[in-house]
Amino acid sequence: MPQTTAFHSRLQPLNKTKIWKNWSGYLVAPSYQHSLVDEYYAIRNAVSLLDTSPLFKYRIAGAGAKQLLEHVLARDIGRCKPNACQYTCWCDSSGFVLEDGVVINLGDEYLLTSAEPSLRYFREAAKQFKILNVDIEDVSREFGILAIQGPHAHSVISQLTDAATPLKYFGAAKTEINGLPIVVTRTGYTGDLGYELWIRTADAVAVWDALVESGKGYNITPIGTTALKMARVEAGLLLMDVDFHSARNAWVDAQRETPCELGWGWMFRKMADDKRDFIGRSAIQAELNSSSSRWTTVGLEIDWHDYERVHLEAGIPAPKHEIYREATMSIYRRNGKLWDYAGYATSFLFSSLLKKPIAIAKLPLDLAKPGTEVDLEVPVIRKPVNVLARVQPMPFFNPKRKTARIESC
Amino acid sequence: MSDYDAIIVGAGHNGLVNAAYLAKAGLKTLLLERRPFVGGATITEELVPGFHFTTFSYAISLLRPDIVQDLNLAEHGLMILPLSNTFQPGFNGQYLFLGPDSDTNFHEIARHSAADAEAYRELSHLIHRVCFALKPWMDRIPPNRLSSDPRDLEALEELKSYMGNLEPDVQQLLKKFINCSAAEILDEYFENDLVKSMIASSGIIGSKLSPKSKGSGIVWLVHKLGEYDGEFGDWGFHKGGNGGFTQVLKRAVESFGGEIKTDAGVKKVNYTDGVATGVTLLDDSTIDARIVVSALDPRNTFLRLVNPDDLPRELVSAIEKYKFQGTASKVNFALSGLPEFPGLEGREDIFAGFTNVGPSIEYLKEAFADCLAGRFSRRPFLDCCIQSTIDPDMSPPGSHVMSCFVMYTPYQLAEGDWDSQRENLGDTVQETLEEFFPGFSQLVLHREVVTPLDIERTVGLSEGNIFAGEMFTEQLFLDRPAAGWNQYRTPISGYYQCGSGTHPGGCVTGGPGKLAAKQILSDRKQKV
Repeated sequence: MPQTTAFHSRLQPLNKTKIWKNWSGYLVAPSYQHSLVDEYYAIRNAVSLLDTSPLFKYRIAGAGAKQLLEHVLARDIGRCKPNACQYTCWCDSSGFVLEDGVVINLGDEYLLTSAEPSLRYFREAAKQFKILNVDIEDVSREFGILAIQGPHAHSVISQLTDAATPLKYFGAAKTEINGLPIVVTRTGYTGDLGYELWIRTADAVAVWDALVESGKGYNITPIGTTALKMARVEAGLLLMDVDFHSARNAWVDAQRETPCELGWGWMFRKMADDKRDFIGRSAIQAELNSSSSRWTTVGLEIDWHDYERVHLEAGIPAPKHEIYREATMSIYRRNGKLWDYAGYATSFLFSSLLKKPIAIAKLPLDLAKPGTEVDLEVPVIRKPVNVLARVQPMPFFNPKRKTARIESC
Repeated sequence: MSDYDAIIVGAGHNGLVNAAYLAKAGLKTLLLERRPFVGGATITEELVPGFHFTTFSYAISLLRPDIVQDLNLAEHGLMILPLSNTFQPGFNGQYLFLGPDSDTNFHEIARHSAADAEAYRELSHLIHRVCFALKPWMDRIPPNRLSSDPRDLEALEELKSYMGNLEPDVQQLLKKFINCSAAEILDEYFENDLVKSMIASSGIIGSKLSPKSKGSGIVWLVHKLGEYDGEFGDWGFHKGGNGGFTQVLKRAVESFGGEIKTDAGVKKVNYTDGVATGVTLLDDSTIDARIVVSALDPRNTFLRLVNPDDLPRELVSAIEKYKFQGTASKVNFALSGLPEFPGLEGREDIFAGFTNVGPSIEYLKEAFADCLAGRFSRRPFLDCCIQSTIDPDMSPPGSHVMSCFVMYTPYQLAEGDWDSQRENLGDTVQETLEEFFPGFSQLVLHREVVTPLDIERTVGLSEGNIFAGEMFTEQLFLDRPAAGWNQYRTPISGYYQCGSGTHPGGCVTGGPGKLAAKQILSDRKQKV
């Protein structure tokens, strides 16, 4: 039986659908209401509350903590100052991505989330690099995590703690809510203004109640994982097992991806000044030097008129409402040749906010330039039909409030 | 003019598979069985009205998937039910209970060690990749390493380069399986003893090995090579017990026009000038055939059915040295209800799969020490399966049948004999179950004890070895049953071997039966 998270006693009665799914062995609600788009708009219009406790959580402490992270994480942890967070990834020795996650530097210790278990991996790395004075602990059960996301996220959190004002984008702080210790970070998976809270398991329900109480005037809405995933496509954020797979679970290299292939080349912009010996470095360096990436990850904006045309020609309205797909869709070159395979899309969303279909896709380097036109294969009454799509930089949606400095309530 | 094109001696599952393939190819085929029914060690017996016992083999995983397709087994009633749960009782109320959901399993193992939960995932995937890499070699006739035939030389070269081209992590783990003990590999990945002992059991099943013995690595790998609908390492059992499976094979043989004769034990294989001519039955009647296939084990195939003096000395000496040394027994129960594990009372799901009694590596080591001293383990390792939790037709409603695979029980006892020790073994197994499942004995309605001696007497497997010979590296693949004679042929033209003593070996794989048929048919084609 899947376990339940620390917030379950509050979440269970809220789930009107009575449908739960298994996320890393925990029960989570794909949605709480029958309308996905209502939950989605809570993120963009008001404020949403989401339980992301099933993420694996680790505490890395001790004098050697930084040294270990320098060796393991592909992105330079040295650039993550105390009381700040960093989006990062770690790779195998061939430079293929094992995981992505967010690391929090609390000054005296680091906290880290990941989608897959990594305790043993970090411990083995500590042995490999002979780092003795580091303590790596699985704290997955010690903390619950809540994400509070949306334009009114600050209005809600600021009633409970001063630590969120100001808190820079990707900043972190230790604080208290009603006397209960929490860690608050200005991070999230929605591409909106938002915060994530690490809450001790025993305090979980009390903090949930406090947030719900403070959020009443702002229509605070608990959301499930599907609305979150719709928002993250607009934010251009990749999802493991959908947009990429962990190299650990792969059978062959064709199923693996490098950070550059996932569009994370920006993590290595300062590589020349970065002298770290991190796992996968030589492979990543070689890939950067020779531009040997097999793919790059791009945003695709699907041409609305063409999308509508192919459906109208078939005699049906173009599907728009709550269309979110995690299926592979083929992409072809527009060069006059029929079905000239170029790449594939992994996430597809009809963005209700942007009023167009968008997708996250893998294309070869020569097609990666913004504005490049390709054909995306879309099923129209079960038949494959090509629709014009254009490469577009991600994120698709990037409101100023996401990163804006917020001085007062 | 011969009576038959081919006679197969022994209707165990490999004999059945072989007969089905030969009949399907159009050969006039006769399958002979000494006992009154087919199945060999793959049978189900209704020992008590309503209670169906899997007397010997009790689970299926390694059945080669192409056999199912080639012989249309689904049409003949094949129904392999998944056994996806594993329950491992520990000491002091500790336990591990794994099921089909890997996320739930993660948390279950993490109760004991979070690092082990991660390692379990990692190692499982790597093992699956090793199995996937070996799969093509499970399904082909292995090369003859003593031959100078260009085809063999080419195949050996291919084998070498195939293994050399495996991905480094796959290659490395494969080497460890071949060269290390199960315990050595487990120590590298795991810290918790209960977790280790659960996995270690795969490394000792049916073999005279402790988890610390070299060779337990390869036995572990062998038990993972199977698949259930493409999922490597998963096990199931046939509807109606494993005997249900051999009944499916029987129907397949008959559907292809093959004949089956039971109560027809073979005394010897007949041959003239090194060419097979047929068989003589126990009643001294003879049946002629140009092809004779022995589905028996290597000792019976080479030293009993034919005169060893007519065979090359090296082969005879290799077969004499070939290790059987059966160490496993079965104790099967009819139960009035389900056993209970303290703390998990009333849980039926914990028994819907395998229940592994062997709670620590030390426990398994001590059990093995008894074996080395020539006595059965005073606290044995048990691999139990209450099949009636899955197949309701195995026992009357509310009651159950339980199959217990027991180790170690050496064929050669230092003192006494199995006829006098048989019920003592039954008592010991019952006491062990009582220790982990208090109240067990009160549930017992009937008990069947099958010692290695009983396996040998009833089924004919030498020294009661369930694999028709130990699955040690030196008795596998290129050397099963002997170097130079690993391609299903024998020195007597037209006389073949198709038992588990040939590649890919023991367990209900059907592989030997299929590959022998392939060899027979290709030899025949060349002659024509």
